[in-house]
Amino acid sequence: MTTTSKSRSRKPGPVEMTAPLDSDGDAGSTARTMGQDKIDLGSVTDLSILDANGTVDNALDPKLPAAELKRIHRAMVMTRKLDERMLRMQRQGEMGTFAPGLGQEATQIGQVYPLTKDDWYSPSYRSFGAQLWRGWTIDGLMLLWDGYFEGFTIPDGINDLPFSIVIGSHVGPAVGVAMGMRSRGDNNVMLVNYGDGASSQGIVAEAMNFAAVYKAPCVFVCENNGWAISVPSENQAGVRELVRRGPAYGIESIRVDGNDILAMIVATQRAVEHARAGKGPYYIEAQTYRMSLHTTADDPKVYRDETQVKQWEAKCPIARFETYLATKGVLSEADCERIGQECEQEILASREVFRERARANPREVFDYMFDELPAELLEQKEEYLRKLERKGLE
Amino acid sequence: MAQCTMVEALNLALDQNMAADNDVVVMGEDIGVNGGVFRVTKGLRDKYGELRVLDTPLAENAIIGTAVGMAIYGLKPVAEIQFSGFTMQAFDQIEQNMARLRNRSRGRYTVGMVLRAPYGGGIRAVEHHSESREAYWAHTPGLKCVIPSGPRNARALLHAAINDPDPVVFYEPKAVYRAFREDVPEEPEPIEIGKAEVVREGSDVTMIAYGAMMRPAREAVDDLADLHNVDVELIDLLSISPMDTQTLAESVRKTGRCVVVHEGPRTCGIAAEIIARLNEHAFEFLCAPIRRVTGYDIHFPYFQVEQHYLPDADTIIEAVQETVAWE
Repeated sequence: MTTTSKSRSRKPGPVEMTAPLDSDGDAGSTARTMGQDKIDLGSVTDLSILDANGTVDNALDPKLPAAELKRIHRAMVMTRKLDERMLRMQRQGEMGTFAPGLGQEATQIGQVYPLTKDDWYSPSYRSFGAQLWRGWTIDGLMLLWDGYFEGFTIPDGINDLPFSIVIGSHVGPAVGVAMGMRSRGDNNVMLVNYGDGASSQGIVAEAMNFAAVYKAPCVFVCENNGWAISVPSENQAGVRELVRRGPAYGIESIRVDGNDILAMIVATQRAVEHARAGKGPYYIEAQTYRMSLHTTADDPKVYRDETQVKQWEAKCPIARFETYLATKGVLSEADCERIGQECEQEILASREVFRERARANPREVFDYMFDELPAELLEQKEEYLRKLERKGLE
Repeated sequence: MAQCTMVEALNLALDQNMAADNDVVVMGEDIGVNGGVFRVTKGLRDKYGELRVLDTPLAENAIIGTAVGMAIYGLKPVAEIQFSGFTMQAFDQIEQNMARLRNRSRGRYTVGMVLRAPYGGGIRAVEHHSESREAYWAHTPGLKCVIPSGPRNARALLHAAINDPDPVVFYEPKAVYRAFREDVPEEPEPIEIGKAEVVREGSDVTMIAYGAMMRPAREAVDDLADLHNVDVELIDLLSISPMDTQTLAESVRKTGRCVVVHEGPRTCGIAAEIIARLNEHAFEFLCAPIRRVTGYDIHFPYFQVEQHYLPDADTIIEAVQETVAWE
């Protein structure tokens, strides 16, 4: 797979990055000399295939079969509908605090599309669209976000890590899993997802370096949604393009229009093939926008100009994909309407399962601490169970 | 049966476990070609190759973070942090992932890994090279923490730690690394993490110590017997977490008196926890307040004066005499 970087103008963000970057941030040659040593800055390209109007670049269109396109479309719609439904449930007191992903459906589905069941996925806490694609259930995710530990049960048959709440902290173990794949000579890939805020964390930098040094089969997807709670990405980093971080570590990198599902799929496919072929890690900056709240406990009106949100509404990943599907004759407007309703019905049915399953089990809080509870913890567990008994929770 | 230093005994444990199980990998700064700054991993790179003996970049947090990932993938990583003072750089990954991933994944993933690090003072080192902060790991749910005191139990405990399904922080008393030799049998000896060892039976007072402090403790016990007619029951704690409350309490129920020795800072230290447990399990048998001989709540001093900071036999003897004299 090759991507041409020449004259790609349908890209988000203000900076043309059609050529490798030198350390001063200007476009330059692939290598510059410093004394006798050549410094290879790697290649950084931008990728956009389906623009905001739904016009496709025919040369780059992966031309996926209609059945695949429908499956992808449905997953994106399901992600959005679940997001909307969970927000309503939260506002009605039926859901805990969670992190909506409205507007990020293409990055979510595109990044996991090329993964096999044997590959590993390490999500961030805003990745529930990708988690659904991987095989997590709607009712399970509802349980999880409503504070039921049961929701963290990883579905059988997939190698996914649970997300961690401390931003970026999951990237260390994700790279370790990839190092384990390399140690054992396995042909699998780890894909780890995090955001622009996480890219400022020390462990993310350290882990990227480890991945590069050990040529670990790890794909980093930095989902730059413009905001880390109230801090815009221009205040998050000294470079305007987070994708520059990749070449700095010797990692092949690409920046993608994250609202373009075709570009996300093509870029991730390329990254996964690269890692699987033993060529080391790959870094993707997916540029998207957090249309909604940081979490349901957040009020963006305090720090964000709503006109910016309006501008991004015009770049909706689902709307442009539906235009593309209609042009190709894969799905009509009426089909899309029907699919939306079907997704809504499926979510409501899952909500019933969630309501049925939403039974807290206070007895299990000691059970996953160790393979075998040491005597001192057994003693504490017994004390705790007596407390439950006194409360009539036995 | 070979006469080994602690460094050699630890190397033997690593070597035998790597030979027996391809999943055991060692990783850390300067541990491969260089064999570790204390030579604990000497020769392993030549024997097992660079895929199983990883010279890592200089980043403690990623050493632990990636070791966690390798453990999740099914390997058994033994990660060396060059000095325990540098484990603070890795506090993030120890707390967020090493200690939590079993629970966060509801048991789907286990973190069977060992964090090895030399700890403690007495080797005339620069700042951050002499800390004794094992209390952090005892305070962190989801971790085990063990500290050997000599070559033989070091080998046995490391063997147990590598084969434990849960994460173990393994602190090595660097002052003991080459201090003396002991017979270490060729065959691995079974030792259970979580058990203390009564190394000398006695009737007047219980002394609890561990790691490098076992040496001044033994010295004090000998002097107390020879010169002061005090018969001390000496316990080597070995396992900081979980802690063998039963062995400690049984001893104190017998002697009625107790002195606890460690070199780490006093406040919220391991002695504080031991005294609390003895309060809960042996209070009615106590004839005197339990004393602690510990480091102070200060940063570890520069090495020209470190000998005054570290508990020594004289200080321990004084504390024991006061405890025995209490009526």
